[in-house]
Amino acid sequence: MLLIACPWCGKRPENEFRYGGEAHIARPLDPASQDDAAWAEFLYLRSNPKGMHAERWRHIHGCGRFFNCVRDTVSDRISATYRPGETPPR
Amino acid sequence: MTGAFRTPDGGRIDRTRPLAFSFDGRGYSGLRGDTLASALLANGVHLVGRSFKYHRPRGILSAGSEEPNALVTIDRGAGRITPNLRATQLELYDGMRARSQNRFPSLAWDLGAVSNTVAPLFPAGFYYKTFMWPRVFWRHVYEPAIRAAAGLGRAPVAADPDRYLHYYAHCDVLVIGAGPAGLAAALAASANGARVVLCDEQPELGGSLLAEAASSWLRETLDTLAQRAEVTLLPRTTAFGWFPDNLVGLAQRVTDHLAHPDPQLPRERLWHVRASRVVIAAGAVERPMVFAGNDRPGIMLADAARIYLRRYGVKVGTRAVIATTDDSAYAAGVALQQAGVAICAVADPRTEASDAARASGLPLLLGASAVATSGKLRVSRATLSNGEAIACDLLLMCGGWTPSVHLYSQSRARLRFDERLQAFLPGEWTAQVRSAGACNGTFGLEACLEEGYAAGDATGVRRHYAPPLSQPTAQPAVASGKAFVDFQNDVTARDLVIATQEGFRSIEHVKRYTTTGMATDQGKTSSMNTLAIVAGLTGRPVPSVGHTTFRMPYTPVTFGALAGAARGHLFEPVRRTPIHDWAVANGAVFENVGTWQRARWFTRNGEDAHRAVARECRAVRNAAGMFDATTLGKIEVTGPDAAEYLDRLYTGSFARLAPGRCRYGVLLTEAGFVMDDGVVARLAPDRFHVTTTTGGAASVLHHMEDYRQTEFPELRVWLTSVTEQWAVIAVQGPLARQVITPLITGIDIAAEAMPHMSVREGRVGEIPARVFRVSFTGELGYEINVPADYGLAVWHEVHAAGEPHGITPYGTEAMHVLRAEKGYIIVGQETDGTVIPTDLGLDWTIGRTKRDFVGKRSLARPDMIRADRRQLVGLVAPEVLEEGAQLVADATVLPPIAMLGHVTSAYWSETLRRPIALAMLSAGRARIGQTLYVPMPDRSIAVRVTEPVTYDPESSRLHA
Repeated sequence: MLLIACPWCGKRPENEFRYGGEAHIARPLDPASQDDAAWAEFLYLRSNPKGMHAERWRHIHGCGRFFNCVRDTVSDRISATYRPGETPPR
Repeated sequence: MTGAFRTPDGGRIDRTRPLAFSFDGRGYSGLRGDTLASALLANGVHLVGRSFKYHRPRGILSAGSEEPNALVTIDRGAGRITPNLRATQLELYDGMRARSQNRFPSLAWDLGAVSNTVAPLFPAGFYYKTFMWPRVFWRHVYEPAIRAAAGLGRAPVAADPDRYLHYYAHCDVLVIGAGPAGLAAALAASANGARVVLCDEQPELGGSLLAEAASSWLRETLDTLAQRAEVTLLPRTTAFGWFPDNLVGLAQRVTDHLAHPDPQLPRERLWHVRASRVVIAAGAVERPMVFAGNDRPGIMLADAARIYLRRYGVKVGTRAVIATTDDSAYAAGVALQQAGVAICAVADPRTEASDAARASGLPLLLGASAVATSGKLRVSRATLSNGEAIACDLLLMCGGWTPSVHLYSQSRARLRFDERLQAFLPGEWTAQVRSAGACNGTFGLEACLEEGYAAGDATGVRRHYAPPLSQPTAQPAVASGKAFVDFQNDVTARDLVIATQEGFRSIEHVKRYTTTGMATDQGKTSSMNTLAIVAGLTGRPVPSVGHTTFRMPYTPVTFGALAGAARGHLFEPVRRTPIHDWAVANGAVFENVGTWQRARWFTRNGEDAHRAVARECRAVRNAAGMFDATTLGKIEVTGPDAAEYLDRLYTGSFARLAPGRCRYGVLLTEAGFVMDDGVVARLAPDRFHVTTTTGGAASVLHHMEDYRQTEFPELRVWLTSVTEQWAVIAVQGPLARQVITPLITGIDIAAEAMPHMSVREGRVGEIPARVFRVSFTGELGYEINVPADYGLAVWHEVHAAGEPHGITPYGTEAMHVLRAEKGYIIVGQETDGTVIPTDLGLDWTIGRTKRDFVGKRSLARPDMIRADRRQLVGLVAPEVLEEGAQLVADATVLPPIAMLGHVTSAYWSETLRRPIALAMLSAGRARIGQTLYVPMPDRSIAVRVTEPVTYDPESSRLHA
């Protein structure tokens, strides 16, 4: 079970969290201006990398807040967690 | 006396404490400190089991948890029968009842052994090749027969009466294995006050030291550790798996070794230990040698024989032949010889005698190896490669040592192949996981101690030690005859030949095809021999063959331990409303909705379900009914931007909704599909009370929080779940207003003052209340929300006030019927995650002037505007249809046939005195008036397509 560092609460076991999919996929400000292909891409296409993946988690059984996390999908190692709006560490 | 093969002195058994036990119904005597295996051996019992596939007689191979053969069933009475336990790990207690497995009628005379004589029929992959046709035979003939003949012990059938607990622990250093390296690591780690947990699968801590002459170092070390406050010592505790971020699962056996366990104690504890650092000191497993007939009782690992002698005071035979490629067997031979066992020959395939061999003084045959054995229920003769046949009752073998790298490998660190040891070893230490001692390829007491100290020490300065010169030589050649590689799954060297001949190259494929390493012992004694043989057969070095995955658990863990307290009524929390007990007392039959328990109907005077639901429906249509709607999800949405926020989430418009008014709300996913629905009530400009479906409450709040926090963080709005804060009593029916009028204070509930879809705050007596005028039945209706603690009291008041009007409590079943008559959908029943508002005729809920809301853009995608989308319709049918049944256009065509839709809801309508149904039907609105068919296994039912609303389409009753 992973230990995940909530940016507000600190390290907590994985079962306090809920996974939230890939991070940094912003909802278009004007969805109506998106053509069908662009909208489908926003809805359904994800990078699904082998390696480092920026993803969202929510500390659902803790502070309830969403945050971002960089996890290696091969080793499951989490290299960083950070608050929404912050840029991912390089 | 406790067995003819007990030595006069020595060992760690307590000779003053004899214990009686039985094996297959026959009584024996052992000593405190024995395992079942050592006690049986002390009594001269070697035959303890029959093999999995060929029913061959099998004895005790090892002295530890790696044992593949000696699996027994322990019977402690009903519900406490445990199969497949390793006799080598079972501590003897007074009155132990053990049974052998996989034999009929008895161990010595087993009918199943006929499969041994027809063994050529059962090579690798025989299941796949032999039982192919006729196809139906697999399920009804072959599989049951194979399952009955092969296999292990029988699973118990009675419920397990024991308790199991989970512990959660945190420590600085977890040390796994309490042999010399593990003890040294624990000493070093705890010296500076670090919190240390030291676990070992054996009942005594000490590992290999337990088979040495009594050691003062061991005693002093254990004393020291016991006195350190931050050290937890856990004997009888197996570290069975490593999980990410150094979470290690430990299975602790608490009472299985006791004749009369304290009933207060759990049988086992499952520890979840989170450690900053893990030191693995799991030791190594001796490797058998692969030659024909290497599985007879009396054939044993050499060091196991030494352990039985030194630790348990048991001579495992009288005349021994030793076959070895490793120097450690010489020490075993010398120890046994000193105890009076005749060592007839030592066959060592190496051509030059090692120092240990020379020093042993044993009769040495260099360049020789064992090639065959004979003996019916026990080995009686060993044939060597030089042609010599030697009478013996014991054959000791040692093909080297396999470090236990299971946990290390699970930590996702890389293994490296060590040519000298012919084994896989841990790679480099990491900050989190270190290995020490034999599991790290380090042998020799001094080297293990020093490596253990270094691993336990926080600085972790690592030193390298050269293993003693004693190495297995060439990879084993493939032996002829039945030369077993995997004892527990009866896999022979010949099976590996077949697998490679048939083209299997990957070790993972060879494993699955032959089942080698797939038994309950997970190949502890077989894996390296398998790899070496496959490497030889395919002409590759072992590292390029690779190794199979070291899966957890290291040894089997009981379901009880894994489940812990989470079983029976503690398996999942049950949510009950404040009115639950009243419902129980008034004949309610309950259903589970999510984790809630809801009353389905209330039986009176022995009615059946149909009559009860019909009576409840009539009451609501004709007078008044009351309904416990407490389970509805409730979310309070507050803040200056609350209306703007709801506009962005729901399909409808709330900005201009006046305080005191309600609106039906539909929530979509971003993909446009209906996710949930409910009532959105505006209490004040900056305060909304939003309801969700019972099952959807948590996911709706999550969805709302997601958008609030991550997409619209600029909005000043806050969400609070208030599901548990309010009890909700729905009063529905033409007399509803008359029923509640005398109860409500502070609200004008006259029809004009409080119209349909409005909300008011007032009181019921002294109790603050939020009263909604809403309806899910099609009748005039109110939902009275009061603080949950007052729910039952207000329920009583409503019930008393309604009695003169014939008020009738109704359950979810009547609620379903009544709403279906009105064509109201239930999310999750009419919808399935692919349905958009238009499909349901809910276009009217969409705020046309809104620029955007979650899911809006998706509603314009090409698939969402197709004419053949499934749409909500009603069906008139001659009987109550089956929910989920398909709709087709032609009753005469046999499947496959295009399915036009499916029945989503079907009930007997007491109001209309006929069956009703709702369906999702392709281009459904265009088919209204058509006749379609519902194919059933024995007939087709003709149905007529109608509007979904079948009762009061003008909704005049709602506005009464």
